[in-house]
Amino acid sequence: MTDLVINPTQSRPWGKILLRALLFALLGLFALFYLMPLFVMVTTSLKSLEEIRTGSLIAFPREITFEAWRTAWSGACTGIQCEGLRPYFWNSVVLAIPAVLISTVVGALNGYVIAQWRFRGANLIFSLLLFGCFIPFQVVLLPMARMLGLMGLAGTIPGLIFVHVIYGIGFTTLFFRNYYVTIPQELVKAAKVDGAGFFRIFWSIFLPLSLPIIVVTVIWQFTQIWNDFLFGVSFSQAGTQPVTVALNNIVNSTTGVKEYNVDMAAAIIAALPTLLVYVVAGKYFIRGLTAGSVKG
Amino acid sequence: MKTTVFTAVSAIALTLAAPAVAEPQAEVLHWWTSGGEAKSVAVLQKEFADNGGTWTDMPVAGGGGDAAMTALRARVLSGNAPTAVQLKGPAIQEWYEEGVLADISAVAEAEGWADVLPASIAGHMKCDGNWCAAPVNVHRVDWIWANAEVLAANGIEMPNSWDEFNAAADKLAAAGITPLAHGGQAWQDATVFEAVALGILGADGFQKAFVDLDMETLKSDGMVAVFDQMRKMRGYVDDNFSGRDWNLATAMVMNGEAGFQIMGDWAKGEFLAAGKVPGDDFLCASVPGDGFLYNVDSFAMFDVKGDDKQAGQALLAELIVGKNFQEVFNLNKGSIPARVDVALDAFDSCAHLSAKDMTDSADNGSLLPSYAHGMALRGAQSGAITDVVTAHFNSDMSSAEAVQMLANAVQNSL
Amino acid sequence: MTEWLERHIPKMVLAPSFIAILVFVYGFIAWTAWVSLTRSKLLPKYEIKGFIQYDRLFDSPRWDTAMGNLFIFGTLFIVTSMVLGLLLAILLDQKVRTEGVLRTIYLYPMALSMIVTGTAWKWIMNPGLGIENMVRGWGFENFSFDWVINPDRAIYAVVIAGVWQASGFVMALFLAGLRSVDGEIIKAAQVDGIPSYRIYSAIIIPSMAPIFLSAFIVLAHLAIKSFDLVIALTGGGPGYATDLPATYMYAMAFSRGDIGQAASSAMVMMAVVFAIIVPYLYSELRVKKHD
Repeated sequence: MTDLVINPTQSRPWGKILLRALLFALLGLFALFYLMPLFVMVTTSLKSLEEIRTGSLIAFPREITFEAWRTAWSGACTGIQCEGLRPYFWNSVVLAIPAVLISTVVGALNGYVIAQWRFRGANLIFSLLLFGCFIPFQVVLLPMARMLGLMGLAGTIPGLIFVHVIYGIGFTTLFFRNYYVTIPQELVKAAKVDGAGFFRIFWSIFLPLSLPIIVVTVIWQFTQIWNDFLFGVSFSQAGTQPVTVALNNIVNSTTGVKEYNVDMAAAIIAALPTLLVYVVAGKYFIRGLTAGSVKG
Repeated sequence: MKTTVFTAVSAIALTLAAPAVAEPQAEVLHWWTSGGEAKSVAVLQKEFADNGGTWTDMPVAGGGGDAAMTALRARVLSGNAPTAVQLKGPAIQEWYEEGVLADISAVAEAEGWADVLPASIAGHMKCDGNWCAAPVNVHRVDWIWANAEVLAANGIEMPNSWDEFNAAADKLAAAGITPLAHGGQAWQDATVFEAVALGILGADGFQKAFVDLDMETLKSDGMVAVFDQMRKMRGYVDDNFSGRDWNLATAMVMNGEAGFQIMGDWAKGEFLAAGKVPGDDFLCASVPGDGFLYNVDSFAMFDVKGDDKQAGQALLAELIVGKNFQEVFNLNKGSIPARVDVALDAFDSCAHLSAKDMTDSADNGSLLPSYAHGMALRGAQSGAITDVVTAHFNSDMSSAEAVQMLANAVQNSL
Repeated sequence: MTEWLERHIPKMVLAPSFIAILVFVYGFIAWTAWVSLTRSKLLPKYEIKGFIQYDRLFDSPRWDTAMGNLFIFGTLFIVTSMVLGLLLAILLDQKVRTEGVLRTIYLYPMALSMIVTGTAWKWIMNPGLGIENMVRGWGFENFSFDWVINPDRAIYAVVIAGVWQASGFVMALFLAGLRSVDGEIIKAAQVDGIPSYRIYSAIIIPSMAPIFLSAFIVLAHLAIKSFDLVIALTGGGPGYATDLPATYMYAMAFSRGDIGQAASSAMVMMAVVFAIIVPYLYSELRVKKHD
């Protein structure tokens, strides 16, 4: 925890106040920038279609209605079913949780090995993993489809979990490696002298230090997996489609009548789990840090 | 493809000596997901269920079917193809060439499709002489929509030639009204372009340029004139057209902010949804020039294993072309039935016009596939043309340059 | 035996990931390379036909635009997100009482899918509907903000939305970095009367080198894969002015049934990525060895 505050000790109190005001003005300005699209989305979702058609798109609603939210959750058509996002939500949950957990655990172990148990070629493997992050997903769709077919996982949730784990490893490894590399190697050496083994050291020394980076990794992985559309649409079939596919079906119909209020409500609903993770995890993020165990 | 559905089914039924055939099953991949469309497809699902079938819905919207096609490719490669897929135009034949489509000739012949479908539309449903897809509807693409009140207030009639259109547009512009409501997305640019091309090149020239890809026509003076008119159209569009959704453009016509819009007949759905009455509040007419550009939605059946699925394909094909579905679906969708023997009493005046023009143009050979909506050409070629059209429309490229680019792009895509 | 096991456990732990990456990344790259030499259309074919797809690719004006855009977009997006992320992290680190709320506000865009946020941005940046209209309504008649509809400026509009989405995450990474810097060193520096900005530039920021690596990789990856962003915001338009290699590739592979062409564009794109990332990785990892 740094105690560093921009604090020009020589300046007089009013200078300090001015600086503080400037700081808050800046922070507030940025907050406005970040909130703008959300404002548009929320206000639009609270308007009636009639008002959207006739009024300005960017304005407060004249009359607030939650009809669009109800429709998005349980009434919007995503095909011939008109049950809203609800039926698809569970698919995404069942898919995202194991995929996030597995890829985080694998990333933690990989990062631990690469940062602390260096062996010949470890850096090469790390580079290969990293470069793997950059392969465009559009490239892997077709060969992956073939592989999933051969493995008998085509169109299933385990198949989707597998894909997300494979293409998540690069990032999770990167995060943990960069975190563990700041932990002095003497720690491992000392533990080895004490007779602790590979997993023992990981479990009792590294894992307790890892909360902040676990939070970052989980946030990243959960966001990527929950918001993924390309894999979700390609490797699912009827009954296993994740919520983004349903959202897309509501939002992206080409020749149908567009209901922007339902679109926006659906988008916010589909994003609620990730939003929740950001709000809740943000707290643990800080808590993990204020525990004061991490030193450079 | 090797065995027809019915012989396969009956053969199995015989060997098992069982009286009943397998219960029809179908997993249907389509991109009709908006409220009105979903209601329309639900009609089909209900009929399917009434005939003892089980329908599994696999909707994937987005990009006019692009996302669905992505999913389809992945499914086919993983050996897990859906039973029936919304496919249209030459894409049907392309998939056939990959050897993954099933033959539904048995149903088509039993139902006498050849007698009730216009020949040019039937042609899209056949692969090597066998039926491989079932048509659902006919969208007309070359519509021009107008705000009745705005036109009356400015003393304008629906234009019958592009010169008349230009005169009307100039008048509207002088009155401070945006002449043409348009959304600057590549497919919308292409929609306007092909409407203009049909008017200027005529049915014959359109056929040569966008179906046969005849280099002479693509580089002809006529094509230069088409791009000249596109440059004029660019002037009739408001400044903020870029990226606008087509329905927001329709709303501009509805609100009287704009006079005309050139768009397929799904735009009618927007007007009707807003409670507007055809003939009173808004007008529909074919764009200047003779001909009819169609965009036919259809379902292709994929080669799948299992009697239940094959029975499902046969039943589905039969129902899709059935009179009841053709009527109910198209009433919801704004299009007209693909088969010509459906009574149109329940349809509105625009649909009547569309049906009449379709029959007439089928007789005189001007019933043509829409290139902008993937009916005329394979994806690589139509995409190459659209690239040029949209690049020209969104820059100050000269018509001569555009024509040269067009020829190069088409050559490159072959 | 156990000793052998103990010695080789690290390698065994890494092995499954290594094999998976070898097959599912490098195997697939090899597959793509092969397909890029064929005339595959709707589905992949394996009969080699030479470099015709590359000829077609380099003949295509749209591909030139896409590559040009990748450089403009990639550079601006990465630099702006890094600078903004670092700035926000430093600002937030000034013992701001409302930090929790502000942090969430900066971070939330990452949680939203671009499928719909793109629509909101499209409205905000559209001159007739959004900011330009609003500011003119306040009486500033000459105010102009028409990037999204201007073919020469539209790519910058995409940068704005991209930065909006990603900079919060970068801020979180930097914030975590700032907080893990040794407090003792900073206290010592403050006692010595070293001014704050010097403490940041000479002590804190250099100590966050691994974080810069993470942030760079995250951003570069987002820049190269930016697909939803462009599709939702501009659809590649006006014209194809905001086309990126990822959207080009997708259009070729899936809308146009031209898989050979898509594969060749993927190969060129990966070659570019390779040329940029590898020197960076090399220098980063080498520095670590000197420690």
